[in-house]
Amino acid sequence: MTSVSHRSNKELRPVSKKGFFRTLAGQWQLMLMSVPMLLYVILFNYAPMWGWITAFQDYKPKAGIFGSKWVGMKNFMWLFGREDFINSIRNTLAMSVINLVFGTVSSILLAILLNEVRNRGFKRTVQTVTYLPHFLSMVIVVGMAQNIFASDGAVNGLLKSLRLVKEPVFFLGEGRYFWWLVGVINVWKEVGWNTIIYISAMTSIDPSLYEAAAIDGAGRFHRILHVTLPGIKSTFVILLIMNIGHLMEAGFEIQYLLGSSVVMDWSQTIDIFVLQYGISKQQYGVATAAGMFKSIVAIILLVAANTLAKRLDEDTLL
Amino acid sequence: MTTASIKPNRKNRIHRDVTFPIVNTIILVLLMFVTLYPVINTVAYSFNDGTDALRGNIGLWPRVFSLKSYESILQDNAVYQAAFISASKTVIITLLNLFWTGMLAFTLSRKEYVLRKFITTVMVLTMYVNAGLIPNYLLISKTLHLSKSYWVYVIPTMFSCFNMIVIRTYITGLPDALVESARIDGAGDIRVYWQIIFPLCMPVLATVALFVAVGSWNSWFDTHLYCGGQKNLHSLQYLLKMKLATTQASANAAKTSADALKSTTQTTPITIRCAITVISTVPILVVYPFLQRYFVTGMALGSVKG
Repeated sequence: MTSVSHRSNKELRPVSKKGFFRTLAGQWQLMLMSVPMLLYVILFNYAPMWGWITAFQDYKPKAGIFGSKWVGMKNFMWLFGREDFINSIRNTLAMSVINLVFGTVSSILLAILLNEVRNRGFKRTVQTVTYLPHFLSMVIVVGMAQNIFASDGAVNGLLKSLRLVKEPVFFLGEGRYFWWLVGVINVWKEVGWNTIIYISAMTSIDPSLYEAAAIDGAGRFHRILHVTLPGIKSTFVILLIMNIGHLMEAGFEIQYLLGSSVVMDWSQTIDIFVLQYGISKQQYGVATAAGMFKSIVAIILLVAANTLAKRLDEDTLL
Repeated sequence: MTTASIKPNRKNRIHRDVTFPIVNTIILVLLMFVTLYPVINTVAYSFNDGTDALRGNIGLWPRVFSLKSYESILQDNAVYQAAFISASKTVIITLLNLFWTGMLAFTLSRKEYVLRKFITTVMVLTMYVNAGLIPNYLLISKTLHLSKSYWVYVIPTMFSCFNMIVIRTYITGLPDALVESARIDGAGDIRVYWQIIFPLCMPVLATVALFVAVGSWNSWFDTHLYCGGQKNLHSLQYLLKMKLATTQASANAAKTSADALKSTTQTTPITIRCAITVISTVPILVVYPFLQRYFVTGMALGSVKG
């Protein structure tokens, strides 16, 4: 943080000939409008990082950071010796990959279908309806999912009437369905919302490309394949890279609300693990270590994704 | 609808292309059905008789119509209290967010501001680096002693970098001459913002207001973490979350003992849960179609730059 400020001072000094602090004094109104939020963010977003120290301690709130016993890497060793922590890493990664694949494929497909609709009123209606679930809280969505996927719910009713199953399937009571259930619910909730960015990319495609393709005899399918898809390629790559940076974020609310003790081996994510050990069992040191592990992997993924983005930028995007 | 939609294109297209718009329309109509089914199903449950609903299998229409669930909710003081908490915190958080984030975005759009790069970097990094749940919890509850107080809803949620970027991108798109001419006329930065920029930002501020308000209205985890024991501070969503937990417990119990099922479902019938769901969703449903035009552009602005 200090190095950043230092660098920007150096850059700015030659520009403002009056000197940095005199310019700053002249901009007191701008400072008045921005510095309170700067202090706020430092307090609420940066100061808590001080708490990472507790990952190396047997932290007791009464003793505080200075009074608690140092244990070195013991918390981390303990974590990786535990099956439920390894499980929660597996579950986190599995569900975020499922979410990423399902989410991307479904929203691109829907964006293409919407892009082919010529009737503006119909298109707007579909958009209004499919954006709606994005605004529902996860509590509500999980409540609905419990109705729909219950053993006497709509999905089982449909499967039975299509004669695909004889006995109702316990979607909510069996661990092996859990990841896919989360994937499906997330698609239901976000598919419409995620099309916004793809549709805005599609509207910026030059219409003459479509005309040219049509004159060359390309049918609708070929126009989608050779004009629409290349047109959203850069958006797709940017979003993919951003999502790779967020692979450790599988969501937290849905697993917490939808999961139960029966499916815990499949539903517990790192965040839930942290919550359980940190808040319920008050093992702050262990829980902070788990959270810190997550943050560090996330930063590594982000840097890797950004490096990848820059390399792709040179090779394929330009 | 379908024929109307394909007519203009029909003349200069090959004949077989007619099937695609029809198939496409069918797929999209099915998708709308799948999207709306759970919502309508919930509404149907909420208007159904409580004991009859235990039989399940209610589709798009209540089987035995009853207003009992709504009546019992409207007699429940806890629901009024929770609705008041939810509504008041949503209004306060939204206003505070707009106030601070708008001003910050304005200063960070001004190229001559010497702290611009530093503050922008500090803000943008918050989108990627997070101290994590436990350090945040320890800060808020042990250091600042905010838990078990109404302010725990308001104070930690006053800023979002994504929203700031959305507003800043919008302000950058406004003509520079607006600010310059006002500065020449002798207006200070604060006045320039509130008298010239702020009124022009209404569309983007409406978008951000929607994002913030929905986020705040829908949140339950803050209550769960900090105010679980304070009945007078429960929000509507938290109330729903607790009802969800009891109906879920009864669903699990169904496998083990039928008596347990009976006793728990009597305390929280599914119909009551659905009725609270409906009541807590109505405000969003009322506001959102009017704001759709704005948030679509807002999303596009934020994602491109963010």
